[in-house]
Amino acid sequence: MSIPPFSRRRFLSGTAALAGATAMPQLAFADGHAPLSVGFIYVGPKDDFGYNQAHAEGAAAVKAMEGVTVVEEENVAETIDVQKSMESMINFDETKLLFPTSFGYFDPHVLETAPKHPDVRFQHAAGLWSEGMPTNVGSYFGYIGMGQYLNGITAGHATTTKKIGFVAAKPIPQVLLNINSFLLGARQVDPEITCQVIFTGEWSLAVKEAEATNALADAGCDVITCHVDGPKVVMETAAGRDAYVCGYHANQSPLAPEKYLTGAEWNWAGVYTGMVQTVLDGGTIDNFVRGGLADGFIKMSPLGPAVSDASRAQFEATKAQIMAGGFAAIKGPLNDNSGNVIAAAGEGFAEDDIALESMDYLVEGVIGSTS
Amino acid sequence: METDLGLWVIPLAIIGGAIRVSTPFLFVSLGEALTERSGRINLGLEGTLVFGAMSGYAAAYLTGSPWLGVFAAAISGAMFGLLHGLICSLPKVNDIAVGIAMMILGMGLAFYFGKPFVQPVAPNLPSIGFGWWSDVPQVRAALQVNVLFLIGAVLAVAMWWMFRSTRVGLIVRVVGDSTDAARAMGLRPALVRICATAVGGAFAGVGGAYLSLYYPGSWNEGISSGQGLMAVALVIFARWNPLACFGAALLFGGAGALGPTLQSVGVSEGYYLFFAAPYVLTLGVLIVTSSPTRAMTGAPGELSITK
Repeated sequence: MSIPPFSRRRFLSGTAALAGATAMPQLAFADGHAPLSVGFIYVGPKDDFGYNQAHAEGAAAVKAMEGVTVVEEENVAETIDVQKSMESMINFDETKLLFPTSFGYFDPHVLETAPKHPDVRFQHAAGLWSEGMPTNVGSYFGYIGMGQYLNGITAGHATTTKKIGFVAAKPIPQVLLNINSFLLGARQVDPEITCQVIFTGEWSLAVKEAEATNALADAGCDVITCHVDGPKVVMETAAGRDAYVCGYHANQSPLAPEKYLTGAEWNWAGVYTGMVQTVLDGGTIDNFVRGGLADGFIKMSPLGPAVSDASRAQFEATKAQIMAGGFAAIKGPLNDNSGNVIAAAGEGFAEDDIALESMDYLVEGVIGSTS
Repeated sequence: METDLGLWVIPLAIIGGAIRVSTPFLFVSLGEALTERSGRINLGLEGTLVFGAMSGYAAAYLTGSPWLGVFAAAISGAMFGLLHGLICSLPKVNDIAVGIAMMILGMGLAFYFGKPFVQPVAPNLPSIGFGWWSDVPQVRAALQVNVLFLIGAVLAVAMWWMFRSTRVGLIVRVVGDSTDAARAMGLRPALVRICATAVGGAFAGVGGAYLSLYYPGSWNEGISSGQGLMAVALVIFARWNPLACFGAALLFGGAGALGPTLQSVGVSEGYYLFFAAPYVLTLGVLIVTSSPTRAMTGAPGELSITK
């Protein structure tokens, strides 16, 4: 599409400029410089007990900073809509730092918009920035697969049927890594455990997520976790079927206090305030930022009442290993679930191995398919 | 705990899915059947459904009673229906256009007022276990039947009987089939249509309350994935017959359970295709039952699509 995205805000800002700059009162500091405008764009509602809420909590921390104004827009689809939202924020709110937080915003939307605004910084969550892409674009994400690995350890101790379940949205690398990590964590407890995965095909489809959770419970899974945008429905449905749950994205223990084992949570507040501070100080954020438990990018929910002492001990020991750095959840000997070798004995992919970000397989023991 | 049932899971899941998922389809399609029988199409029921889900959840949370939530959803649904009915009674107003506007209005209002209710947990509607005779936990889970489903089933029969052999049913049918005949009988078609649309809206609101108060059982902005719109289509599929609406809703709910269940028994390739099962099924039934000579059998004569 060659016509630049046109938005109402852009139109209004143009006409407002004609009417005179006084039409738009600007907040200004005593020394005359305007505060830094930071924009956050979410794919869903920002109080979804999940992915968007985790980012919005980070945005709330940024809002509390001195010299910063925050603009937010929620329910922005991964289509041309996000380009319009970004253009609006840049042209109308004079945003200089953008956080489009959904995976699907990156290619082509961020990559197309960035070259038109070289003075704006685009910080995209979950994308994979590589050499040759616009330099005003950055990618950041956390090794939350490690959180699912730890979830898996508590799941391995809690399961009696040796079947655990995973409600997944789409078969993209990060989701596959989470599924694989969840099973491999559980297999540290008992190598007989299998993990049933059901893909719903969308990031947020309440009824289908509930049906998928019921199907997992029917198939005998007694610990269930998920990777969808809002895990609320999965947590409540699974707990209603008397299965244990492991959380994801945010802390869902209030939804199922008795059944909640632990959860892999994002911890964006520290990450976002750090990035904004870098820009305020006139510095440049690295184009490619990753971090794990040790870097404070992710955290674990407090262990629930159903976690046994043995489970707690193994959880804490493994967590300490991960904190020490270089931990490999995906390590050989390991095959995928159609028999291809992923890693030979002695080989492994550490949490920061870039190869993990193009994962396209489910490991042996996961019942499911990527297509 | 759970028993390994092998492939028996599939029919069980279809039955369970039919019971769990069909209720919103059932209520919306019954409401729409009533409205369309009176000669109007209300496409706004998707918005009414979403608003009903929100208002039902909010009322249940604030009062602590899920039944008051259902009541609130019915009232708000009736308000939406009333508004649609009143606007469409003005001269030269197209009911389909108004319906689309009402749909967007309902969703927008629901999202706006619903913000504070995404996080809180409201009490859920009770269900009755019809699986007491079985020791298999999956059977017990599948046969957890919500009270609203039973009410919907009774309502379908009652509406069928009403259309067939009561005075009220006759009035609605006459108004729907011929405005002139209704006027000649001394009826007031606009009033009848407004009432029918309002009651239809109330049904759709209750369908929404089922979504937020029972299954999946929480309010969020993605709660309805187009059930309201599909239910409007189901009415045409069911040829404006309330009993057929019940069957169509069950069929749709059961087919929707197919995708997740097949994955759970290991048929994991091509799940996007299985998720399309309800729509493929609908197309199939329409093709099989189609006939060039009686394409509009059962259609009310005053409906804007048949005129």
